[in-house]
Amino acid sequence: MFSAMLGEAWRAMGANRLRTFLTMLGMVIGVASVVLMMAVGQGAQESVKQSINAMGSNLFIVLSGSFTAGGVRSGSGNSSTLTVVDANAISELDGVANVAPISTGGGQAVFGSNNWSTTITGTTPAYLNIRSWELEDGFVFSASDMRSATRVALVGKTVVDNIFGDIDPIGKTIRIKQNPFIVLGVLKSKGQSLDGRDQDDTIVIPLTTAQRKILGNQFAGSVRQIIVQATTPEMMPMVEQNINALLHQRHKIRDGADSDFFVRNLTAVANSAAETTRTMSLLLGAIASVSLLVGGIGIMNIMLVSVTERTREIGIRMAIGARERDILLQFLLEAIVISVIGCLIGLALGISGAMLVNKLAQAAVVISGNSVLIAFGVAASVGVFFGYYPARKAARLNPIEALRFQ
Amino acid sequence: MAQSLAKKINKNLVDVRDLHKDYYTVAGTISVLKQVNFSMDTGDYVAIMGPSGSGKSTFMNILGCLDQPTSGEYALDGNQVAKLSANALAQTRNQTIGFVFQGFNLLSRVNLIDNVALPLVYAGVEKTERQARAKVLLKKVGLELHMQSMPNQISGGQQQRVAIARALINNPRLILADEPTGNLDSSTSEEIMALFSELNQDGISIILVTHETEIAAHASRQVRFLDGRIVQDERSKEITSRLSMEAS
Repeated sequence: MFSAMLGEAWRAMGANRLRTFLTMLGMVIGVASVVLMMAVGQGAQESVKQSINAMGSNLFIVLSGSFTAGGVRSGSGNSSTLTVVDANAISELDGVANVAPISTGGGQAVFGSNNWSTTITGTTPAYLNIRSWELEDGFVFSASDMRSATRVALVGKTVVDNIFGDIDPIGKTIRIKQNPFIVLGVLKSKGQSLDGRDQDDTIVIPLTTAQRKILGNQFAGSVRQIIVQATTPEMMPMVEQNINALLHQRHKIRDGADSDFFVRNLTAVANSAAETTRTMSLLLGAIASVSLLVGGIGIMNIMLVSVTERTREIGIRMAIGARERDILLQFLLEAIVISVIGCLIGLALGISGAMLVNKLAQAAVVISGNSVLIAFGVAASVGVFFGYYPARKAARLNPIEALRFQ
Repeated sequence: MAQSLAKKINKNLVDVRDLHKDYYTVAGTISVLKQVNFSMDTGDYVAIMGPSGSGKSTFMNILGCLDQPTSGEYALDGNQVAKLSANALAQTRNQTIGFVFQGFNLLSRVNLIDNVALPLVYAGVEKTERQARAKVLLKKVGLELHMQSMPNQISGGQQQRVAIARALINNPRLILADEPTGNLDSSTSEEIMALFSELNQDGISIILVTHETEIAAHASRQVRFLDGRIVQDERSKEITSRLSMEAS
C-alpha cells in the first residue's frame, strides 16, 4: 500500500518534470544555504574557540603598576613592584589552580651563522600548563633548573625555522645575549593569538636565569607580570577579589590610595569574541532559514496548483474506493518526497560549497552531523507542514464535484 | 406481478424508499428527486432512462454512495447507507460497487494494468496479487496485449473495456454504468453492451443510465425518469418470461 503510494508520488512528480524541478530548487537552495551558513558559522566559532584555548582558560594577568620618575609616568608593567614572593602568596589562595610569574624582554638568539630577534620569556614550568602548551620534542626544564638558574631554553616554532632550518635543535647550543643556552625542547606551534601576534616567536627560559643573566631587572625577584589560572570559571570573581585584597595587604597600600598593580581578566575578552561569532553564526542561520521557509511556501503553492489540476483524478480515486486518508497521504507523500529529495541535493550542494569556501577562502568550516540532521529534519517537516494544507484540501473534496470537474 | 415473482427467488439488493434530493442555489431550492421509490433484486439488469435534468444522474450518484439524499432511505444489500461512516462509504464503493463512466475516467498517466489494479491498492492487496488479478480481467475484456499501454494509446471502446475491467476487479455485486456508450460509435457500443450482458449472465447486477432506447433494450427492466419522478417501470417481455421459467 505504502510502496504503491510512493510509486504514485514518483509518477506524479515525473509527469511534470520542469515544475517538480523548480519546486525542488527552492528546497535545494534553502537547505544548501543552511548547511553552508552553519558550516561557516561553526567554523568561525571553532577557530575562535581554538584561539581561546591556546591562550588558556580562566586566566588573570596581574601586571605591576606604573612608576613616576621626574614627572614622567611609565606604562603599566614597568615598575618592579611584583615579585616572585607575591606569586607564591597568590598560589596559596583558594580557587587558584596555577600561578606563573613572567619576565619578558627582547633578545637576539644566535645559532651558527643565523640570528633572530625574538621575545625571551622567563617563567616557571607552570606557565606551559596554564597556556596548555605542549612540547613537540624534548622536555621541559625542571624545578632544579629553576633553583640553579641553568642556561636551558625551550624554543618556539618560528625561532626554530629561522635559526635552525632543517637541523634538529634538541641539545644544540644557542647564544642569547652572548650567553650560551642548551635547547631542551621545541614548543608545539600555537599560531596566531587573538590579537594577531605570532605566539611561536618566543624562547622560554627559567625565570631565575632570565632575571640573573638576560633581562637584568633592577630588583632581584621582581617580575613584570603574574599569570593566574582559576580552577573554574565560577571561581573567577572570588579569586580576582582575593588577589586584590592580598596584594593590597602585601604592598601595604592604604585604602583609597592608587594600587601599584592591575588585575586583568582575560576570559572577558575571550567570551566577547566567542559571543560575537556565536551571534554571527546565529544570524547566518536565521538568514538561511528564511530561504528554507520560502522554499516550503513554494512547495505549498505548487501542491495547491497540483490539487486543482488533478481534481478529476481525485474524484475517480474516490469513486473507486479511496478513503479521505488515502488521498491525504498521497498528496502529503508527494510533498515530502519533493522536499526530501530537494534536501538531499541541497545537502550535497551545501557540503561541497562549504568545502569550496574552505579551499578558496582558507576559512575554517565545520560540517557537523548535527547541522546535516537538522537540515534534513527541517526539510521533512517543511514537506509535512506545507504539504498538509493542500493534501487536506484534496481529501475533503466532494467526490461528485471532483468527478464533474473539467 | 413479474416483480413480485422475482422477489421470491432473489435477495433484495437495492431498496430506495421515499427519496428526495434538493439542491440549494441562489435562485432557490431545486428539487431534483421527488419521492422516488425503487427496489432491485440481485442479478437484475436495469436501464434508467430520461431526458437531461430528469434526475437520473443524481439518482445514480446516490445509488453509488457518491452523494447523499436530502431525505428518504436507501438500503444497499440490506445496509442503511445513511448510517455508514465516510470510510465505510469508501469501502462500499471499493468492494460492493463498480463504476463505469461515460468519459471512461481512466488515470491518464497510469498504464492499463495499473489502472485496472488501482481499486485493489485501496483494498490493501499486495502488489503481485494486484497484478495477477488485473491481468486476468484485462484478458477477459480482450486487452491482454495492451497491458503496459497508456490510456491515450488505445481507442475509446478499448478504454471503456479497461474501465469495465477496473469496475470488476473487486468482484462487485453491483455495476453502475453512467452513459457507458455515450462517447462511442454504434458498433463499439454493441460490443460494450454485449460485454454487459455477459456480466449480467455471470450474476452481476447492473444499473445502466442511458437516453438511447436501443441501449436500454439490452436491460431486462426499463425505468423512466421525468422531472425527478419515476414515471414508467417495466420489464422486457422475453426476459420476464425467462425469469418466470427459472422460477417455476
